[in-house]
Amino acid sequence: MAIPEKEYDQMTKRASPPSPKMMNSIKAFLFGGGICMLGEGLSALYTGAGLAKKDADLLVPVTLIVLTAILTAFGVFDKIAKHAGAGTIVPITGFANSIVSPALEFSSEGHVLGTGAEMFRIAGPVLVYGSAAAVIYGFIYWIFR
Amino acid sequence: MAQRIGTQTILLPQGVAIIGSAAVGTPKEAQGPLGQEFTYCFPDATAGESTWEKAESTLHKEAINRALQDAAIPPEQVQLLLAGDLLNQCIGTTFGIRDLQIPFAGMYGACSTMALTLAMGAILTECGVVQTTLASTSSHFCSAEKQFRMPLEYGGQRPPTAQWTASAAGAAVLAAQGEGPRIRAAIFGKIMDYGIKDANNMGAAMAPAACDTIAAFLRDTKTSPQDYDMILTGDLGSVGSTLLVELLQKEHGIDIRTIHADCGLMLYDPQTQDVHAGGSGCGCSGSVVCSYILRRLREKSLRRVLFVGTGALLSGVSSLQGESVPGIAHGVLLTSEEDDS
Repeated sequence: MAIPEKEYDQMTKRASPPSPKMMNSIKAFLFGGGICMLGEGLSALYTGAGLAKKDADLLVPVTLIVLTAILTAFGVFDKIAKHAGAGTIVPITGFANSIVSPALEFSSEGHVLGTGAEMFRIAGPVLVYGSAAAVIYGFIYWIFR
Repeated sequence: MAQRIGTQTILLPQGVAIIGSAAVGTPKEAQGPLGQEFTYCFPDATAGESTWEKAESTLHKEAINRALQDAAIPPEQVQLLLAGDLLNQCIGTTFGIRDLQIPFAGMYGACSTMALTLAMGAILTECGVVQTTLASTSSHFCSAEKQFRMPLEYGGQRPPTAQWTASAAGAAVLAAQGEGPRIRAAIFGKIMDYGIKDANNMGAAMAPAACDTIAAFLRDTKTSPQDYDMILTGDLGSVGSTLLVELLQKEHGIDIRTIHADCGLMLYDPQTQDVHAGGSGCGCSGSVVCSYILRRLREKSLRRVLFVGTGALLSGVSSLQGESVPGIAHGVLLTSEEDDS
């Protein structure tokens, strides 16, 4: 007798090991917090070097993006992210990695339809819905200001 | 002459000989428990090529060439090549074999391709329409990730149920006559879909197909698990293997616990090689069967192995459209040379 889908679903859940949520959360907290601390440190470094606060605030994410791009290109970022999880995906490091990794991967299909067309395949939705959310937020702000 | 019995099984009374075979891999496979069993492992996952697709083609070609060497026959003597892989339009295969000039029929059975090509090749050889046939398949972790999942350098996490696509290829030379293990029966499975939608849990999606094919084969041949030294599934991994044993027990009252093995659990060491639920990909069962299993059958430390390759018939598009993952399983009965039972 064939087992009903619902029962098989239950069997599958029992047979499938769960992700180690607690350990993942702790690691994400430590790595994510570490990146934030690095950002604060960079900010202090830049303002200490005489940059205006506004310029330093711009230079911090730029530094993190460049750092991520370099680590991604050298095949190091994914090894860190395997442990860090949300800790590296949520900060701007995740965004940078999501653009650089497909750009590298699809370079074999050429500069235009490979790297150019594919580099936003992961980050694209973030840009589309991020921009859409910004428009809606702006509209609400404009009404109630 | 091949003879159909029961609902799905095709007996090959004369038996088709596997006169040569080869398994080719990369460093990850060389480091696994079966590393010493491989015919050759490239020192680099790129196999010296500039793209992952070319790397897979090179693995495939190398496996075929080495299987021909093992059988000690030139390519011109092969009358038909049955092969396939996971990449779109099977380019892993076609670009690897284009220089060989052997009549070719492409086959697609996802990760069940080795069982499918062995079954088709054995039936055609038994029927006498071809004398010598090559059955082969390949997969590559990097080309498969690129096509089905995320870029290699993307910093994501894989769930514990995910499997690792083998960067490997397997090839076997089948002949109507000659020395070597025999293929004595074949079975083509039905598509089974129990509604699993998680593309990261292929083992669960494919287990019902393996269950159905194994049960059908035992029923058609009026045999029981005790009649085999091993019932070998291709690439169910740890989750799928657990489910297969449970399903066979619940649906058919068949207990295979003591003789079940899975290629996905044999190829890598799950403790040290970070493969999560085990290996997968056409090249996983392809390389395990064409190395370890056929060698044991030649040495007669194994005498009767029912090899059932399992495949998940999904695509990137079907997953995005919310479709469940249909499974398929094809099988061949492999025996040592003189086993006539």
